[in-house]
Amino acid sequence: MTVEQAGLVYKTTSEIRGPILMVEGIRGVSYDELVRIRRPSGEEVTGSVLDVSRDWAMVQCFGDTSGMDLNVTIKFTGETLKIPMSPELIGRVFSGSFEPLDGMPRPLSTDLRDVNGGTINPAARDVPSEFIQTGISAIDGMNSLVRGQKLPIFSESGLPHNMLAAQIARQATIPGSEEDFAIVFGAMGIKHEEAAYFREEFEKTGALSKSVMILNLADDPPIERIVTPKIAQTIAEYLAFDLGMHVLVILTDMTNYAEALRAISIAREEIPTRKGYPGYLYSDLATIYERAGRITGKSGSVTLMPILSMPAGDITHPVPDLTGYITEGQLILQRELSLRGIYPPMNPLPSLSRLMKDGIGAETTREDHSDVANQLYMAYAEGARARGLVRIVGVVGLSERERTWLEFADRFENEFVKQGPYENRSVEQTLEIAWDLLSILPEEDLIRVREAYINKYHPAHKSES
Amino acid sequence: MSIVGTIERINGSLILAKFDEKPKIGDLIEVGNLKLMGEIVRLSGETAYVQCYEVTSGLRPGEPVVDTGHPLVAELGPGIMGAIVDGVQRSQTELWNLTGPFVSRGTNIVPLNREKVWSFEAKVKAGDKVVGGDIIGTVQETLSFEHRVMIPPDQSGTIKSIKSGDFTVEEVVGELETADGIVPLRMMQTWPVRMGRPTKERLPLVQPLMTGQRVIDTFFPCAKGGAAAIPGGFGTGKTVTLQQIAKWSDADVIILIGCGERGNEMADVVAHFPELEDPRSGRRLIQRTVIIANVSNMPVSAREASIYMGVTLGEYYRDMGYDVAIIADSTSRWAEALRDISGRLEEIPAEAGFPAYLSDRIAQIYERAGRVVTLGEGRRIGSVTLMGAVSPPGGDFSEPVTTHTLRYIGTFWALDTELAYRRHFPAINWLRSFTRYMDVASRWWSQLDSGWEDIRARALRLLEEASEIEETARIIGEKALPDEQRLVLQMAEMLREGFLVQNAFHEVDTYCEAEKQVALLKVFIDFYDEVEPLIRQGVPIERIREMGVVTELLRLKEKPGTEPIDEARDLLKVQADEVAEEYEVTER
Repeated sequence: MTVEQAGLVYKTTSEIRGPILMVEGIRGVSYDELVRIRRPSGEEVTGSVLDVSRDWAMVQCFGDTSGMDLNVTIKFTGETLKIPMSPELIGRVFSGSFEPLDGMPRPLSTDLRDVNGGTINPAARDVPSEFIQTGISAIDGMNSLVRGQKLPIFSESGLPHNMLAAQIARQATIPGSEEDFAIVFGAMGIKHEEAAYFREEFEKTGALSKSVMILNLADDPPIERIVTPKIAQTIAEYLAFDLGMHVLVILTDMTNYAEALRAISIAREEIPTRKGYPGYLYSDLATIYERAGRITGKSGSVTLMPILSMPAGDITHPVPDLTGYITEGQLILQRELSLRGIYPPMNPLPSLSRLMKDGIGAETTREDHSDVANQLYMAYAEGARARGLVRIVGVVGLSERERTWLEFADRFENEFVKQGPYENRSVEQTLEIAWDLLSILPEEDLIRVREAYINKYHPAHKSES
Repeated sequence: MSIVGTIERINGSLILAKFDEKPKIGDLIEVGNLKLMGEIVRLSGETAYVQCYEVTSGLRPGEPVVDTGHPLVAELGPGIMGAIVDGVQRSQTELWNLTGPFVSRGTNIVPLNREKVWSFEAKVKAGDKVVGGDIIGTVQETLSFEHRVMIPPDQSGTIKSIKSGDFTVEEVVGELETADGIVPLRMMQTWPVRMGRPTKERLPLVQPLMTGQRVIDTFFPCAKGGAAAIPGGFGTGKTVTLQQIAKWSDADVIILIGCGERGNEMADVVAHFPELEDPRSGRRLIQRTVIIANVSNMPVSAREASIYMGVTLGEYYRDMGYDVAIIADSTSRWAEALRDISGRLEEIPAEAGFPAYLSDRIAQIYERAGRVVTLGEGRRIGSVTLMGAVSPPGGDFSEPVTTHTLRYIGTFWALDTELAYRRHFPAINWLRSFTRYMDVASRWWSQLDSGWEDIRARALRLLEEASEIEETARIIGEKALPDEQRLVLQMAEMLREGFLVQNAFHEVDTYCEAEKQVALLKVFIDFYDEVEPLIRQGVPIERIREMGVVTELLRLKEKPGTEPIDEARDLLKVQADEVAEEYEVTER
């Protein structure tokens, strides 16, 4: 790039189509370059270059294009979108495109980072294996979270996913360690009251002074959401890998992000795939999610918890579907459980934590943890099957064994899954509840648990010893 | 004298450029001032369309492009084994050392280390006549892996000189007198990745690829030289199943292609493979493994190349006479990369946005699997087995990548969400999966145990019968069924828990040798044969369930060797006799 080319100003827009502007007669503009668009009123919005040739550029505008005419002033900055990094970011609140919302000045730093970040070299990745205790049995017992994992919450509107995310943020600890932590909260198109809820929750526990909030709310420009999660992840990477902090990133709601991406894609007249989403939705989501992790030789970590709403509760919808293929598991909230008054309404069967095996066991939680979780899954699946049968043949039509499974499923939901939003259970407590429930079942049905562990932990044997 | 040109337009990973001379399709291009890697995918008039393997942010029209004059090639020689590379064969470990933990752009490192010295042992002598594919020497590539250095496929002549000793891959180890003059011989050669390496003859498949996974080896085996696909929605255990195959299969060489998958999973492989031992040779698994890691947030176009790269490396080891297993996770991400590039080229899409040539490309890849007689004198036999994961959107097997893949593979491992939910892993559905290699497997297994075919068929029949009975049970309840049918349900449950479910993270259960597989299956069938007459003569099913041997049988998989199985069979006889006596059953 030559210096004189940077910062050139044009008023040669030939077309405005939704969030897309075509600018003619340009020179020396680079792909993905940051653009500043000034309305006649003097107000400035940012954008970036999506497609560029020798004499025209296609620009996506992160703000609202309504009211613009073809005379808008377009300034190509010669740089890609970068944000300043400093420890002072902690405790601050910004808009979805990084304008301060807390009345304080813009942060200053010479350390500017590209929001697109880089790819962590797979060889340099450290396997996440530190168990995070969330105090929630359904998570700790059966879908354990580890540091550096990306574990989304799949939810539906009206379900308490925010409450669950806040509870996790509040209670997450590594048993027996006190390390520097931070929360990065990225909101995309959520309601004001939802954002306020998180703020209050963080405030209550003193986590607010340890958090960075990037807020694009429901009435903010939708296209701005394209950069919001990238800004959040860039800050998280800095806090984790430069300052050595353990960062929990909450991104909500990823479905709104994907919709913004779709809007751009449609305006560009790209060939749509499922439900109008572009074919690169998977790769695009991956560039956000894959930034979580740990790096060999660095003490910090980025743990990512995206929240996304499944439109009409459909898990095969492109956004939850592609997310599930990228993230290391998923926690699934279900209306059915919520209607039965169970909080958290998390259905353990379709939920999964892929990194659980590395985080649990004799050294971190307890030796029987993996077997117990496995057995709970199987027993609950049998119970769910029996429950389906009851609808047809009635309880009398069930065999003795099926009735036991059924009883297990009911008690499992009410004693293991159900807990208070402020109830913080240790992993030992969680496993004790699990054993209590498993002891309903005949011992010979506990086939997924090693005999040695049955002899050691089963309530019937424990009292013997 | 490379052809140069300038960038005209940048649209994501697609670059439009004008060259001063005529470039060729498939040529490797250096793009822009950063010298990013790219490849020409279309020529139209004066414009060349270049698909760039790296992130194009910051590139400007007017920047230079340089045609290297050759297509994307794999560098073949000692130093491949045990490495972790990206889709265009750059060593990730070396990149890490060079540029830090984040992948930086335009860092063009050569695939094979040029400084490393290998001890070359010549196997031919001056005056020997050689043709392409002949082995001229060997190198100990890893502690126990012998790398065989071959004459490149397109060369032949007389060895003019050759010497054993310590060389780098580029140094001349000898000279070959060909019809066109004298050419130097080196340990390293190159091959364009999109072209299959030539062979003399394709052979019928004769041996199953043993994986130590019961549901695969016993019920749905894949042949050495065959092709298999494992489709399943997220969370159904594709990756764990494929990693199990990578760990325990009896191939000589494993090529693991992480194509658009999770970085943490690749890290897991990198962290754990060096610790694991091959149960047969006792050597470390990493010493026979090549990892191609093109994770999901690396540029899409390099993902497209990664599969071809993996297959080419595999063919190279096959040509040495080895059995190679290539595992691609996931081919759907590769297909999406095709779709992405096709979309940017503004091609008219066929199904679900995929280009019309998707099926041809899938066929081209799976057809590179096979058991062959390699080039060179004599009959050296090697094989490439190709196994691909498919990630169908919404777990729907009717989507294009799954349906087209099914046309070209021999073994189909259908993963089942319901099984995964109850943590029945590997979640391979025994009713929907199939294998076309049964004749190969039968011949092999029957040598081990002549009754194998019969036992397997009976077990499968029980499982099928159970699923039909379950349909009825769903309406009238299990309790209302006759005890004979409830026994079938009981058997299916025992086969599921005691045989099909295999815990990848259990120290014993993770790998089950063939002898144990057949003994285990047999003892379940024996159980059925013992108790079925009892049921027929009025012993209630509840009494059968109470037999202590049931739990014993279910736990056999956790115990090493076949001895516990024999003990369980003895116990079975004793307990069946007890029941018979109790209910005064005489006809058995």
